[in-house]
Amino acid sequence: MASNNNSIKKTIIVALSLCLVCSIFVAGAAVGLKPIQKENRDLDRKRNILAAAQMLDSSQSVDEVFATIEKRLVNVEAGRFATEEEMKQDGVNVDTYVQQDAAKDPDLSESLKGGNDPASIKRRAKYAVVYLVEDENAKARIILPVHGYGLWSTMYGFVALEDDYSTIVGFGFYQQAETPGLGGEVDNPNWKALWEGKEVYNENGEPVIRLVKGSVNPNEPDAEHKVDGLSGATLTSRGVTNLVQYWFGDESFGPFLAKLRNEGV
Amino acid sequence: MSDVKKVLFGPILSNNPIALQILGICSALAVTSSLSVSLVMCIALTMVTAFSNFFIAIIRNHIPSSIRIIVQMIIIASLVIVVDQVLKAFAYEISKQLSVFVGLIITNCIVMGRAEAYAMKNGPGMSFLDGIGNGLGYSAMLLIVGFFRELLGAGKLFGVPVFETVQNGGWYQPNGLMLLPPSAFFVIGLVIWALRAYKKEQVEEPEFKIAKNSRSQEAL
Repeated sequence: MASNNNSIKKTIIVALSLCLVCSIFVAGAAVGLKPIQKENRDLDRKRNILAAAQMLDSSQSVDEVFATIEKRLVNVEAGRFATEEEMKQDGVNVDTYVQQDAAKDPDLSESLKGGNDPASIKRRAKYAVVYLVEDENAKARIILPVHGYGLWSTMYGFVALEDDYSTIVGFGFYQQAETPGLGGEVDNPNWKALWEGKEVYNENGEPVIRLVKGSVNPNEPDAEHKVDGLSGATLTSRGVTNLVQYWFGDESFGPFLAKLRNEGV
Repeated sequence: MSDVKKVLFGPILSNNPIALQILGICSALAVTSSLSVSLVMCIALTMVTAFSNFFIAIIRNHIPSSIRIIVQMIIIASLVIVVDQVLKAFAYEISKQLSVFVGLIITNCIVMGRAEAYAMKNGPGMSFLDGIGNGLGYSAMLLIVGFFRELLGAGKLFGVPVFETVQNGGWYQPNGLMLLPPSAFFVIGLVIWALRAYKKEQVEEPEFKIAKNSRSQEAL
């Protein structure tokens, strides 16, 4: 048996059968474990939403806390919450709407071209999913989804804003594939903590928040608009600056947040 | 019986894959900044090494030598993907921390090394034990490194505070260097030194001797 192992026929048979067995094995594991993985991903997403709003509480389960916040759709272009009619017309539902999928659907998204796309996201969904956390002043903190391209990957994250709709409560990405140890440090809790208390808008209502090289001197006049850049990750840092400026700018959530500031929720 | 013992426990002290063969250093640097992550990595690597050895040993008499390495790689890669999927399903947080390093088990020299050196020549049972043994040797080293790095770098063990750090109002000033990958080099180096001081036969012959300082006129 072993003597003709090196014949071409045997080589091809071994290679083919091995590939077949291994592919069945791998595909079986991937398909079989998919439901549990999806559950984990959803839970992780919820945890990230709560973490951005600083609402994680070890005494309560993530699902319990998550039930206290309200999910709403925002018509990004119109700069207001989506109305019932539009949602019915577009066939979307608050509970089942997935923004990431809608961004690929030509009916539910618009393509961004040329200079209009600083965050390199190519298409933007018509509706964005936001989360509202009611507070005692009958105004609400708001948690907004943001995403944009870093160096290797599109980074998806959440930003939570205080009820003045400019002060950041928390910021974090839940999905990214930047270089581990360099750009991947966007997941570093110490870096994420730097965002707390920063102001997105200046007096003129322009989104000026950005990452700067090195660390921010707290005595600088506009230190509240600056966050430390990530060392060794210039392109990821630039990507983060672009995406926050895009999502808070006039092309995106800017008008919506201005409306909230003036009229309340 | 003594054979089994030698195959299973030999790699821990007398033939440690990291300390003696200096294999698999890359992941030892990357994942040892906390003990719980190191532990999961150890289990993952031990499983992959054991099962890849096992499957390769089963079909070892049918593997054409011309595609031997590819066959080994396919088996290892399939196992690593399965391990990665299982981690994503049952230990999501840790799999996020391990990120690419689970995938990189494929390129871990220990797995390939054992497949090529042992499983191609021995039966499935013994090969499986050899995989477990080498996994244990790797684990022992990773856990020692992880222990020192987490304790000195963060004042914690398995995420539980042991030394109260200055930031939390305690006395311990954590050593930030220990959380960075290069510190694993220092710890591994010190462990190898300690091991070779204890087991003298592991000390290698010097490749060349350092000559005495020559005086300038002699050099001319």
